[in-house]
Amino acid sequence: MTLVAFSGAVQLGLILSLLALGIFIVYRILGVPDLTVEGSFAAGASVSAVLTVSGRPFMGLVAAACMGVVAGMCTAFLQTKMRVQPILAGILTMMASFSVNLYIMNGRPNIPLLREETLFTILATRFGSIQAARFVLPLVVVLISVALLGVFFHTRLGLAVRATGDNEEMCRASSINTTFTKFVGLAIGNALAALGGGLIAQYQGFADINMGFGMVVVALASLIIGEAIFGRRTMLWNIGSVVVGAVIYRIIWAWAFSFRIDPANLRAISALIVAVAISYPAIKNMCAVYKLKRNAKKRARGRYHA
Amino acid sequence: MLRLENISKTFHAGTPNQRVALCDVSLYLPKGDFVTIVGGNGAGKTTLMNAISGVFLADGGSIVLDGQDITFLPEHKRAKHIGRLFQDPMKGTAPNMTIAENLALAYKQASGGSMRVGIGKKLLAYFAEQLALLELGLEDRLKTKLGLLSGGQRQAVTLLMATICTPKLLMLDEHTAALDPATGEKVLRLTQEIIQKEKITTIMVTHNIASALELGNRTIMMDNGKVALDLSGDARKSMTVEALMTKFKLSV
Repeated sequence: MTLVAFSGAVQLGLILSLLALGIFIVYRILGVPDLTVEGSFAAGASVSAVLTVSGRPFMGLVAAACMGVVAGMCTAFLQTKMRVQPILAGILTMMASFSVNLYIMNGRPNIPLLREETLFTILATRFGSIQAARFVLPLVVVLISVALLGVFFHTRLGLAVRATGDNEEMCRASSINTTFTKFVGLAIGNALAALGGGLIAQYQGFADINMGFGMVVVALASLIIGEAIFGRRTMLWNIGSVVVGAVIYRIIWAWAFSFRIDPANLRAISALIVAVAISYPAIKNMCAVYKLKRNAKKRARGRYHA
Repeated sequence: MLRLENISKTFHAGTPNQRVALCDVSLYLPKGDFVTIVGGNGAGKTTLMNAISGVFLADGGSIVLDGQDITFLPEHKRAKHIGRLFQDPMKGTAPNMTIAENLALAYKQASGGSMRVGIGKKLLAYFAEQLALLELGLEDRLKTKLGLLSGGQRQAVTLLMATICTPKLLMLDEHTAALDPATGEKVLRLTQEIIQKEKITTIMVTHNIASALELGNRTIMMDNGKVALDLSGDARKSMTVEALMTKFKLSV
């Protein structure tokens, strides 16, 4: 792998770690693999691209995060007030956001930003190097997000959000308004995903209507890689491991590219990583049962011969 | 303290599965009353508990707790004044959070708003002091995740969570039924101690006729969504386990 490919992978990994953090909140903390984030990711990208074209790249990022909040709240509304099953609520919002994103992009399926002034080009003129800008901006955004999340999940409200995913019945018995905590959790998770989308549009120089597709699996893979390497400990540790997991995932991706693996296969590989990692305890259990049975049979045979 | 008037609840109304779970139940609990409720499966004990705690709204009637009409109050708002313990020890605590975090969620008197960060040293010391009263050695394990504790320990912590801010009403739904006899007895003793100390108005559902007569100052038998028997004072004192058992069998 070349150095350029490696640093590119780290930069992309940092940006996509925002998406992985979003999935971490909705999946690990609230307990729902929420597909809304795919819509939020694309929505963030399209808003960010449109505002970049109109000369306001920073506002683009802010608006992206806001789009995520709105999408998350739509899903939360469906889940709680309308009692739609959590997965379906996410799918519905994701579907709807596709149309909304097209509307935002004025009916165009993609917006190129190659000749526009993005946050990266602005920072590049200040640092004198585009590579530095491409590294520093995502790093700063990620560090701020991690710090804020670390603090938030130790506030009373943050504890309540965590408890909602952990044991909803207990929450209601402890006078926690789980409708509200779900709104908060989904809004934050989707805001992070949309922020990631907004950043990546300016980073890669275009926004595409389909760029959210399959991103939940990619983010889950990052999450699981992080957990596999660092394990689950304290909240801040878990949040940090998600970020590192996302970066490692992109490095693996870049490494696979260097072997000229057809990128078309990468989605299948991502899906495989997630499937294997999530079914790992079941597989381990199956092996253990098989071993137990074999040993029992051996002993029985020994007794028969003796 | 607690006044129920003509509470009724029908499940699956208008379908062939229609079932009247509560039928015009009226009940008054003076402050400090400790009522035990017995009754067969499907008699409406748990439905009554759920109606009071707001898991669902009753079809008709009113519920007044300490002068406040809570008939239409959502569950989480009622929970500010009502402590609850379930039969399943897993239901009352968040397994992936520490003992301290669980207690912090239950401790609503704590100063500071919802954005206050962390659990202060003072509060931790208070939690440790309260845990020590359980005599389970949990006071040194504030940072332990609750999922690692045994069922009995979890139920004891749930008891502490439900009573750490003295509730106006404590509702126990067979909260020792899933524990082994020794642990169950210990949790029951702790429950009694706390109820007596704070003089909490309590409703306890139990399947153990003997402890229904032994604990508290009043016993209610439910049957078919109605209060079939309401014993207190001398009538309760003269009631034997055998006699109540006979009545119980008749109703079932």
